[in-house]
Amino acid sequence: MRYAMVIDTDKCVGCSDCVVACQTENKVPVGYARDWVVEVTKGTYPHLQMELRSERCNQCENAPCVRCCPTGSSHYSAGGIVLVKPRRCIGCGACITSCPYDARFPHPKGYVDKCTFCDHRIKEGNKPACVEVCPTRCMYFGNIDDPASEVSRLLRQRRYKTLIPEAGTKPHLYFLT
Amino acid sequence: MKSRREFIKTSALGLGGFALAGGAGMALRTAFNQGTPGSAGLTPDLTRTPTYCEVCFWKCAGWVYKDSDGKLWKITGNSNDPLCNGRLCPRGTGGTGMYYDQDRLKKPLMRTVENGRQTYREASWEEALDFIAARLKEITAEHGPECAALFTHGSGGDYFSTLMQAMGSTSVAAPSYAQCRGAREVAFIATYGQGVDSPEITDIRDTRCLVLIGSHLGENMHNSQVQEMSDALAKGATIITVDPRFSVVAGKSRYWLPIKPATDLALLLAWINVLIEEDLYDKEYVERHTYGFEQLRAHVKDMTPEWAYGITTIEPNTIRRTAREMAAAAPATLVHPGRFVVWYGDDTQRSRAVAILNALLGSWGRRGGFYMPDRMQVPSYPRPPFPEPARTWREAFPDRFPLADLALASGICEASIPDTSRECNFKAWIVNGCNLLMTLPNRKQTIEALQSLELVVVVDTMPAEITGWADVVLPECTYLERYDFLRNSPGRHPTIALRAPATEPLYDTRPAYWMAKEIAVRMGLGEYFAWESIEELLDWQLKQLGTSLEEMMHTGVKNYPRNFDDLYFDEVRDIGFFTNTGKIELWSTSMSAAGFDPIPVYTAHEEPPRGYYRLNFGRAPVHTFARTINNPNLADLMDENDLWVNPVVAKMWGLNTGDYIRLRNQDGIESTFSIRVRVTERIRWDSVYMVHGFGHKDPRLSRAYGRGACDTELISRVHTDPVMGGTGMRGNFVTFILDAAGKEAQS
Repeated sequence: MRYAMVIDTDKCVGCSDCVVACQTENKVPVGYARDWVVEVTKGTYPHLQMELRSERCNQCENAPCVRCCPTGSSHYSAGGIVLVKPRRCIGCGACITSCPYDARFPHPKGYVDKCTFCDHRIKEGNKPACVEVCPTRCMYFGNIDDPASEVSRLLRQRRYKTLIPEAGTKPHLYFLT
Repeated sequence: MKSRREFIKTSALGLGGFALAGGAGMALRTAFNQGTPGSAGLTPDLTRTPTYCEVCFWKCAGWVYKDSDGKLWKITGNSNDPLCNGRLCPRGTGGTGMYYDQDRLKKPLMRTVENGRQTYREASWEEALDFIAARLKEITAEHGPECAALFTHGSGGDYFSTLMQAMGSTSVAAPSYAQCRGAREVAFIATYGQGVDSPEITDIRDTRCLVLIGSHLGENMHNSQVQEMSDALAKGATIITVDPRFSVVAGKSRYWLPIKPATDLALLLAWINVLIEEDLYDKEYVERHTYGFEQLRAHVKDMTPEWAYGITTIEPNTIRRTAREMAAAAPATLVHPGRFVVWYGDDTQRSRAVAILNALLGSWGRRGGFYMPDRMQVPSYPRPPFPEPARTWREAFPDRFPLADLALASGICEASIPDTSRECNFKAWIVNGCNLLMTLPNRKQTIEALQSLELVVVVDTMPAEITGWADVVLPECTYLERYDFLRNSPGRHPTIALRAPATEPLYDTRPAYWMAKEIAVRMGLGEYFAWESIEELLDWQLKQLGTSLEEMMHTGVKNYPRNFDDLYFDEVRDIGFFTNTGKIELWSTSMSAAGFDPIPVYTAHEEPPRGYYRLNFGRAPVHTFARTINNPNLADLMDENDLWVNPVVAKMWGLNTGDYIRLRNQDGIESTFSIRVRVTERIRWDSVYMVHGFGHKDPRLSRAYGRGACDTELISRVHTDPVMGGTGMRGNFVTFILDAAGKEAQS
């Protein structure tokens, strides 16, 4: 069992609904965010191409943040989700520096925070808040170890990429292009 | 002696203002008896409360959740609602920010003079409502009830509109007409005898070719439309986008036509030319349903793609190829009518060309084009008939705008400035949910009108520029804290939605329905609001709709089957259209009778002078107009706007991304605040772009004040549509002021 998120950049309109839904669902304080939207435009007017990506923690299989955590606060949880135990976190920031995706931030309460794939929702059989809210339905979530899952099917059928694969982190955020 | 009304920047609250003793509102004639669901005895332990969103006009139905501490936590979409399908947009998701915004209006405020200076003092509801009722009685007795006008946007409009009509005034204006979609409605009524309505009756879900001309769907989060566009894309639909800016949807389009601004009508006429000349139009449909085809054929004969190339800068081959794409997918081709269409003053004519193009493709009344809407008949609570008004809003602008079918906010504003040639000037305004200073172009005129009035009442949840001009400010509670009338939207099938309060109102705020009723009772018009409580009214209505308030508290939404199986046209029976000829009028008899071109004619518009750039403006998905900029959740995502500048232009001026500059328009008007430059290839070199709604001047908006530039204050030149009075706003040009003076506001 390994959770993954597949995001269709052809559908995404970059509205940031995923960001607001995450902030309210997880009570992320105003001024901080666990996910964000990136716009990349290439070319010169009028020969242009644009890609919009909803980004967050890549829930890496080989996570530098877990390896460098001195207290064991950052750890792998069920389904390969990388989580932080706030009470064990000393806020040293090593994980923030080590993450190639810049996915972590210091929470004002003194620990490091990041995307959890909404593990509290998954346990109840729901999808992460960002997936559930997306008006364009451009995000998919599921078990990539199950060949019958929607995420597995999409990765078989569509062209996709991961971010910074050369970092060797084995990320589990996939972008359909 | 009446002193001239001044804009009050900061309230004098806490500086010796009228301090309220406890028990405010206790002496009111009808008790404010709205309860939260628990206290109303409906369902005591409901974990979620139904609502429909008020952050924009789409009104998506949703659920408001509280956390274990009983505090408002989150809002999610109602999965049975066809307007959102369980998914709210970022603004709706961030709706709790409206409730938590600490800058909200908290108490009724009344204008007063202190040490020779105009200021506000806090007042009790009793005093504020007594004052408004007494003043309205005096003013209408002296000048006639027609001198009172209502400006409204949102749910409160229903109640204050009833109050206005009970008084004897029909002057109820929404800026969403003359400042937004009115020209489109008039054009489609002239063509099909029926408007496009809101939500639009566009069948995007099943379209095979979607043509967007000046519509940046996806940046404007018209929820179900964006959802359906995504579905259509997934099903392989072709999108053709016409926009001088590389919009988000342009990036998803098979064809992006980077048109020279202000030339869209030439492109539309050339497309019509190609469809006819290449015999690509739907002949059977045109023959059966339309009137004036031969005149249209003759009219567009010379409007070839080559002709349009010289005007639009779009290559003839591209025009032909896109016209063929449309024809190949027809009738499942949708040339989207857009929503904000008041651009250059010939907007009814341009929208007519869109309507005609759709008729040639046979898309009106066909799957993948436009469907025929249905909605519920919600019974009105019994009330006496409204008095016959001596004059209507039309007399505010006699002999002008003959095809306007709704009151013009801009027209009423103009008719509030005393003018001896006019029989009657407006003397009293109630303004609910629309910040007219940010909404109406030509701010100078708006301020002159505001200074001339004898009474200005503003009903809103937030302080804003307009509240600074009020005599009385009535603080409304947010949609999360109140009931409202049922939502009854047109759609593929009838659907209703309930809004119930998820929590008690914060501060001393009240719902608009309560305010309107209280004023009516004080004016002796209580019989127009005969219901005891809004729960009683809603339950009375819902019982007749086969449900009840109690059931709706659990479902939020109720969907009904269509009354007839007529979502699309029947291919056998004849269709009657509500036009003079009973046909789809390619050649418009009503336009002709009113003295306008019966078929659209292209006219060239002014181009920017040397060193100036056309000011284009639009929407961001996280904000609605100017009203959400201070919402803490949404400001967190976007708290200022950027000025988009093409790299070639930026190089000429030495501008870099992140620089702060100010703008000056063709009339010498300078932006109050500076704006951050964004150098991007996504914009043409002859225009600049910013998101509308920023640059707030009211310091009571702690997050919005001074952030970004305001497009409205730079729109001093208005190109008025002679057909229906729309205020064309895209004919303004700006140049850059590079001194650092403006930077102070940002630091």
